[in-house]
Amino acid sequence: MNSPAPLPATPESAPDYRIHALTGAATGSTRDLSGPLSAEITAAFAASPDGEIAVRSVDVNIPLLEKNDILAERNRGYFLGRGLTALNLVSSPGAGKTTLLERTLDEFGRQNRCAVLVGDLETDNDGIRLSRPHAPVAQITTGTVCHLDAGMIARAAQSIDLDGVRILFIENVGNLVCPASFDLGEQVRVVLLSTTEGEDKPLKYPPIFKSANLVLLTKVDVADVLGFKRDVAVENIRRIAPQAQIIQLSARTGEGMAEWYAFLQARAGRR
Amino acid sequence: MHEVGIMQSALDAIRQQAVNHNATRVSRIVLRIGTLAGVDQEALRFAYEALTPGSLADGAVLEIETVPARAYCASCRTEFGAGRGFIFECPQCHAFSGEIRAGRELGIARLEFP
Repeated sequence: MNSPAPLPATPESAPDYRIHALTGAATGSTRDLSGPLSAEITAAFAASPDGEIAVRSVDVNIPLLEKNDILAERNRGYFLGRGLTALNLVSSPGAGKTTLLERTLDEFGRQNRCAVLVGDLETDNDGIRLSRPHAPVAQITTGTVCHLDAGMIARAAQSIDLDGVRILFIENVGNLVCPASFDLGEQVRVVLLSTTEGEDKPLKYPPIFKSANLVLLTKVDVADVLGFKRDVAVENIRRIAPQAQIIQLSARTGEGMAEWYAFLQARAGRR
Repeated sequence: MHEVGIMQSALDAIRQQAVNHNATRVSRIVLRIGTLAGVDQEALRFAYEALTPGSLADGAVLEIETVPARAYCASCRTEFGAGRGFIFECPQCHAFSGEIRAGRELGIARLEFP
């Protein structure tokens, strides 16, 4: 018995459009037309000698990139061209992004030139906390906007000296929802989950975890005091984001920081 | 939240296509949208209603083709329909997959010019 012939493969996106003309199905109809385009259709019938009109149906396959995505692709090219690796750090407010970056700049940042773009709705507080003579920092205050977008990153990146920088940290606005939809042109998306939050955060906010390359479980030094079940949290992360590497760390005690630095070293732009 | 921007990009692209095909109107717009594209179809239709009056797409039919999510299981070497939600569990070996094969589509599939 013959097996059925496989369906012809459909190309992901056709290189160009193709055109096929269709004849109108309304041939010979005596009913009056109403609704959209009725005047055009009536006129086309009147002009047609054989009572048939052609509708041109065009397969176009045009991907729709939102303005942000276009700017993000431009940023990505800019970062690659400069030989630096950009990381987008996202988490709830208070998960420890700034504390992690402070220690990272003091240790990893001494041997490897790093820069930081940090976003908040108001105040330069985080930018001031992160300022080091050896690391350029720019603060982005977004006003009422709940996320960073690619346009802000393009402007902020040009406001600091990126010469020799191997790693560009982008500390996003504390928010687990909206930043998921805004590609900044980063090569690595890092999502932080702290032990002061629930173990089920990845299940409750799946899109951001789904898009992560790396998940950092932070503040593990206080996990036992809080009754935070690390194994449950890790299992939940694996269900949503099996593609993501997971590092458990504490920026206060230093536990797990070596693993984080090894990750950075492996991903850092070659200079 | 960003559906208005997406619809605006669509209308810009359609305007360009109309010029290429010597058309002044478009009568049907077919969009192809994956379930993981992060686009709310109701919001997109609302944006369409708001943006098209007076444009070349005034009165055109908006059709949306939904592309269901599909994921790939590396151990079984098979693709499977991922269903609703964000947990992609292989129906054969129950491993979780992060490899999305379909469902992120967002584009214009077809246009009809009168």
